[in-house]
Amino acid sequence: MLFTSYEFIGFLAILFLLYYTVCRKMQWGLLLVASYIFYAVANPLYLVYICLTTLTIYGCGIVMQGITNSSKAYLASVKDTIEKSEKKQYKAMTKKRKRRYLVLCLVINFGILLGVKYTNFFIANINNLSGAGLTFVNIALPLGISFYTLQAVSYVVDVYREATVAENNLGKLALFVSFFPQLIQGPISRFGDLSKTLYIHHDFDSKTFFFGLQRILWGFFKKLVIADRVSAGVLTIIGDSNRYQGGYVLAVLFMYTLQLYADFTGGIDITIGIAQALGIEVKENFNRPYFSKTLKEYWRRWHITMCEWFRNYVFYPVSTSKGLQNFTKFTRKTFGDKVGRRIPVYLASLVTWFATGIWHGASWNFIVWGLANWLLLMIGEEMEGWSDGLNEKYNLRTKTGFKVFRVLRTFLLVTALNLFDCYQTVGETIGSFFSIFTAGNLSVLTDGSLLEVGLSAADFGMLIVGVIVLLTVSLIQRKGSVRELIATKPYAARAAIWGILIVVILIFGTYGIGYDSAQFIYNRF
Amino acid sequence: MKKKILKIIIPIIIVILVLDSATRLLMPKYATDIVEGNLIKEYYQESNKDFDVVFFGDCEVYENFSPVTLWEEYGINSYIRGSAEQYIWQSYYLLEETLAYHKPKVAVFNIQSLQFNESQSEPYNRMTLDGMKWSPSKVNSILASMKDNEKFIDYVFPLLRFHSRWSELTTEDFEYWYKAHTVSHNGYYMRVDAKPAGNLPSPKKLGDYSFGDKAWSYLEKMRELCEKEGIKLVLIKAPSLWPYWYEEWDTQVKDYAIKHKLTYINFLEVKDKVGLDYDKDTYDAGLHLNVWGAEKMSLYFGRILRDKFACPDRRLDKDLREIWSKKVEAYYEEIEEQKIKYGIKD
Amino acid sequence: METLLEILKGLHPEVDFESEDGLIENMILDSFDIVTLVAEISDKFDVEILAEHLIPENFNSAEAIYNLIQELED
Repeated sequence: MLFTSYEFIGFLAILFLLYYTVCRKMQWGLLLVASYIFYAVANPLYLVYICLTTLTIYGCGIVMQGITNSSKAYLASVKDTIEKSEKKQYKAMTKKRKRRYLVLCLVINFGILLGVKYTNFFIANINNLSGAGLTFVNIALPLGISFYTLQAVSYVVDVYREATVAENNLGKLALFVSFFPQLIQGPISRFGDLSKTLYIHHDFDSKTFFFGLQRILWGFFKKLVIADRVSAGVLTIIGDSNRYQGGYVLAVLFMYTLQLYADFTGGIDITIGIAQALGIEVKENFNRPYFSKTLKEYWRRWHITMCEWFRNYVFYPVSTSKGLQNFTKFTRKTFGDKVGRRIPVYLASLVTWFATGIWHGASWNFIVWGLANWLLLMIGEEMEGWSDGLNEKYNLRTKTGFKVFRVLRTFLLVTALNLFDCYQTVGETIGSFFSIFTAGNLSVLTDGSLLEVGLSAADFGMLIVGVIVLLTVSLIQRKGSVRELIATKPYAARAAIWGILIVVILIFGTYGIGYDSAQFIYNRF
Repeated sequence: MKKKILKIIIPIIIVILVLDSATRLLMPKYATDIVEGNLIKEYYQESNKDFDVVFFGDCEVYENFSPVTLWEEYGINSYIRGSAEQYIWQSYYLLEETLAYHKPKVAVFNIQSLQFNESQSEPYNRMTLDGMKWSPSKVNSILASMKDNEKFIDYVFPLLRFHSRWSELTTEDFEYWYKAHTVSHNGYYMRVDAKPAGNLPSPKKLGDYSFGDKAWSYLEKMRELCEKEGIKLVLIKAPSLWPYWYEEWDTQVKDYAIKHKLTYINFLEVKDKVGLDYDKDTYDAGLHLNVWGAEKMSLYFGRILRDKFACPDRRLDKDLREIWSKKVEAYYEEIEEQKIKYGIKD
Repeated sequence: METLLEILKGLHPEVDFESEDGLIENMILDSFDIVTLVAEISDKFDVEILAEHLIPENFNSAEAIYNLIQELED
């Protein structure tokens, strides 16, 4: 079920109704049933994967919690007699016992993800290198597996780290893994955050409920009116990269960036809106990312939960690992303090970005995309001291013009990086990018050629209006919630705004026969 | 409390009204182009629906018979409930729906659509179904017609289907936003121009000539309904040279007619008796007849309706005479208009 | 505490670490600073800071960091 299908809207309506009436005594149970139905509609076989993940993290969590509890009880009982070194040793031993289960659980879950998502990528690379001619395997990628696997892994690691207590109720844990609004494209929630509101009883609260509905509506607007409209043109251009060069690539850069933004943030709006209507709090995933002044800032404002996941579960463990700590000592001795302490951090960052890249998709394109991000971030890091000096000298930072320049520069960088996500191969991506400067056909941007790629003048007009609306809303958001602001207006104005939004989506949305509504872009991952 | 309810209901009503208005604006008007999309709807505008003969079927009925001629020559009060590529289940449910308004003496069905066992095209589905008023017959007809990519809700709220026309609106859409219009003469779509039938492509051989189960079942239902209601069912095949009507198909219909004691007229076999001249009587090289051909057909078929099926001469009925005099006038007016449009001299 | 403040000053000379208590929330320390800090601390103190200790509550102020070190030394 796509978020933007009639079936899904019907599904939601029934769910909301049951949630606050007949099933109000068993709300989380209802959500679990609903999530499994949502999942089974895609393909009942997929349930096997998600159940396997749930069972392994459940078992592993319980066992690790048992070890933690008994070790704590033991230490408390010998509190007065135990030596400090003995205590340390005992703690280390406890950790080691837990780690065995953690590693087993990680191997199983990453193994499944690796198996279904990357097998063909490995085969292709082996074939390329050796000419072995292995045949590809035919495995369907279970819906949302990339997202729920990360979420499941964060749970076991958090139990291992004692950042959260293991869940004893298998059903509750199953709901945490499969909670349908965020199953397909995130946000990636941590158990400690989501469990606060996921299992408790929620009475119907008209303000939260309608705020949730409004957010869903806003998501539909972004997705149907903007993202799905522009996607027709994007698909045409990237589908034939030999024919569409130069000016077309320049156009598709911006078109795709718009599509990705509207599609992904719109989808997350729907997700968070549904959760809110149910009384559940899901962490925000975006914070007006295109207003970032640096790439580093951008990655704190775009796809926030994913970045946090990779920071908490890849970057930090790698950079605090014994091996890297020893390496730091070595580099500092060799290159001096200043340079020496940066090299290991950059190395840890490289590993993280490689992982982030390959998580996005089983192709070199995404790996190169990750590495390009890493490279640009490191350059930014190295230039920081230099630009700080420049700032101090001319006092640039407070000037509005310079702020706008930095925002635009960051936006262009991100836009260019997105191209890797657009085209199929690294060669195609780089070739297309440089054709912008060499093809010499920038006139296609203005001579009407763009009207031949599947978008009419009316569509472009609608897109421009859409961008203006997005921009306006984002500007207002800097000062606070738009929905809160609207809520302060007179009743008639409020009713008019939401009424207009409904009518606009129904008329100007891209859906129905003739439109094969593009799947959410992040579904693929 | 009352005020609170009003606060909720009034905005909802306004939104619904706006959406209804948008639906009317965005639905195709079928006024100057693809006018056959308007045919089904026009039936409801008739003030007196007491027709003795009603035709059902695709373009082979609504372009080949002229109710005005039937009236003028025989006093037969008739209506054509035809539409473009009307599938047999759609014909059946139109017949069922028609009975809710009045019971005709004779139902004429053109059997060309027996060859289709499933709906072939979504736009054609819409042309037949959107024009119908809501009734159980319409619901069943939609359910029988929908292709895999269609959704029932798109019929309930046509805005969901036609909303993307917002960028293609023409003056026609605004002109007929709230205004009904008529393109037919009792369901007859008139053309006065002529294009001689030339060499037609030779028909390609089919693997299987037998009609599908679904198609047969609806012919059965149609026959049973007519029997139950005491309506005489007449099966016809219009004299269109193309699409090709296979001998093997014809045999199946003939056998069916004999088995159930029905009249079946294949006009292709009697085209000489009708007096059709395929150089002058067709406007698109043999696919459809123009008004001259349709009048000849009506002349021939009217006699059968009168003699064999005892269709009464209603010309003495004062009310009907009044209604028809206007229709006849409009009919001849349009002939003259079209003659000018197509540059035809007498 | 003195040693710790020295390390912090080394990273961001412009920040008043004695009073600032939103080092993470106000985005003064980013993830790079944190891991650099961890390396420095393990160098100067006899503690082993692990990934699980890298949570905002432990790094929001110089005092919080100091408490963490003490807890780990214990």
